[in-house]
Amino acid sequence: MALLEVDDLSVTFARRGQRTVHAVDGVSFSVDTGEVVGLVGESGCGKSVTSLAIMGLLPKQPGLRVGGKAVFDGNDLLQLDDRSRRDIRGRDVAMIFQDPLSSLNPVIPIGLQVTEVLARHRGMKGEAAAKEAADLLDRVGIPDPRRRLKEYPHQLSGGMRQRALIAMAVACQPRLLIADEPTTALDVTIQAQILELLKDLVRDSGTALVMITHDLGVVAGMCDTINVLYAGRVVETATRRPLFRQPRHPYTEGLLGSVPRLDAGRGERLNPIPGSVRDLLPWPDGCAFAPRCARRVDACVGEPPELVLTHDARSYRCVNPVPVPGLTPEADARATAPTTTEPGAVPAQAEPADPPAVPGSGPAPREEETP
Amino acid sequence: MSDNDILVEVRDLKVHFPIRRGVLFDRTVGHVKAVDGVDLSIPRGKTYGLVGESGCGKSTLGRALLQLTPPTSGEVKFDGVELTTLPAGKLRATRRRMQMIFQDPMSSLDPRQNVESILTEGLQAHGIGANRDDRRRIIGETLDAVGLPKWALSRYPHEFSGGQRQRIGIARALVLGPELIVADEPVSALDVSIQAQVVNLLDELQDSLGLTYLVIAHDLAVVRHISDVVGVMYLGALVEEAPSDRLYTEPLHPYTRALMSAVPVPDPDVEDRRERILLAGDLPSPANPPSGCRFHTRCPWAQPTRCADERPELRQIGASRVACHWAEQIAAGELRPHEVTAKVTRPEDEGEEPGVVSAPSEPGSYV
Repeated sequence: MALLEVDDLSVTFARRGQRTVHAVDGVSFSVDTGEVVGLVGESGCGKSVTSLAIMGLLPKQPGLRVGGKAVFDGNDLLQLDDRSRRDIRGRDVAMIFQDPLSSLNPVIPIGLQVTEVLARHRGMKGEAAAKEAADLLDRVGIPDPRRRLKEYPHQLSGGMRQRALIAMAVACQPRLLIADEPTTALDVTIQAQILELLKDLVRDSGTALVMITHDLGVVAGMCDTINVLYAGRVVETATRRPLFRQPRHPYTEGLLGSVPRLDAGRGERLNPIPGSVRDLLPWPDGCAFAPRCARRVDACVGEPPELVLTHDARSYRCVNPVPVPGLTPEADARATAPTTTEPGAVPAQAEPADPPAVPGSGPAPREEETP
Repeated sequence: MSDNDILVEVRDLKVHFPIRRGVLFDRTVGHVKAVDGVDLSIPRGKTYGLVGESGCGKSTLGRALLQLTPPTSGEVKFDGVELTTLPAGKLRATRRRMQMIFQDPMSSLDPRQNVESILTEGLQAHGIGANRDDRRRIIGETLDAVGLPKWALSRYPHEFSGGQRQRIGIARALVLGPELIVADEPVSALDVSIQAQVVNLLDELQDSLGLTYLVIAHDLAVVRHISDVVGVMYLGALVEEAPSDRLYTEPLHPYTRALMSAVPVPDPDVEDRRERILLAGDLPSPANPPSGCRFHTRCPWAQPTRCADERPELRQIGASRVACHWAEQIAAGELRPHEVTAKVTRPEDEGEEPGVVSAPSEPGSYV
């Protein structure tokens, strides 16, 4: 049994008079001690909502429904009451947020914010807490920690603030750390420092780390297992090397093809994924990526594709995956799912008629299809 | 393309912002030297990429080039005309030929103007197009060029997706028929899959219209992709300028090397193999930059002589221009990197414990 087992997690936001938004739709993954698991996807794919749901941090509002299970060490985090959840949060499970300036309290010194965790979970007080806080800051590489304790967040640089946030997160030696875009707000050289720090923490203390990011480069360097999310669903799960070497889901393949690479030449054309992420499908249900997919077949429309498991601990949701070189299409088709149509027989790039975004305003701005 | 067909030439450009204190009497207590002595030239039809971390002055340089921020001193020549001393009226007329694309399309487009009005405004201001129909024709052609449908004209910015909004921003710049486009972080607000669409669009427009670009970005991979020449900025000055392929295969300045090694590459094999040069500490304050070489406080190759007291000039080494006293020795492997202890350059400076500093044994071995 893994340390954290997320099973069929779903989050929906319903509002009166509006369509229900399925922000997260049947996401399952597991994290083991000492393992780094990545959740990758573009904005709006539900990666942050997944982490907030696990932590129980989603704003309590009517219309919010969280389903499924998130079992941490035998307890379903989603079923806990607020009190026992607060006991676990910060002590066993901690989180690092994207923007350190908005997640630190601007009117309270850093020291007080770090010792708050220590007082709440480890019952430390006064000088002992201050000393421990200084040790923590020192451990995450903040120089002159005693002086920093008295300073306010605005007096620290971006990288320093993120370090302070990491210090707070690791104050109680949590067994699971969720990092939501921990380096997105930082410059590359500072990003390298922070990623190195997180790697060290995982290596030294065996903390399980869930890394949420949009940057494929970051996951390539850090994660053991990677889940690619699209429109609230995990579309592909694989270990690091196979995912980058042989993506099976067309979205993963498209994502890898559209990133400009540092080691590619000038003027090499990128292969963008046409269109953009839509929350509305032009048909009742089915694969959310189908409108943008070059490998679309008729079976994509209708119902969401089943999760296909392959031998090498990989899984994907696609009825017409990218073929593996060396494997004949027939054998591959048998190994995955029966497709009724041959890929070549279908006009795969046919543009679906989008429904209007504003009711009654005629044709809505359609997503561009770059020629 | 011959060297004498230079569209933009910048000589010793400086932009200093005063720091003022006091309630009753404004006293100037110092200057933030956002741009401090930059020389560069952009040949017609080429792309110059400007990279650097936040606060290095790259955006200020772009704005000063278009005279949107008045430079403190220095020269900016656009097609042979000196812009810094140009009277306001003539400068306005020249602006038609140099346009800007902004980072965030949502905040740079007026939410209450529809696309047609956004695009017409510039045409009217510069008196382009004889009448309404003529202007409509120009706008229609521009929309085609950036890949937006005709019916977009009557719509408002909020009705479009991020990528389409950036296309509107590009159309707004393009409609006047400019020669130079300064693109300040044109794709950093967009999702990865959309970024590629906009990068390709910029490439196509350059091919078909012969545009000259100054692309300002912090993403080295994007800059490498679209630039012919790349300039790396650190604390208000260029530290290295080289043809983009050369810069990436053979970075000469220690800062460029560190920057390259810090960029994550979406390839596990590359990520595992390469060694990172971790820089100690943060960017020092541009109000009080370090003496001598600005990078010497964080440089793993810093030497006891010259680095701290003599500011290096950009020197020609091969095809690159590098501002480092020891570039040849570092490239030849004569100098070994050492651990850096972060120096405090001002009272409230955030120095850091240095990480383990390691460097590749030969240039280009980590990419």
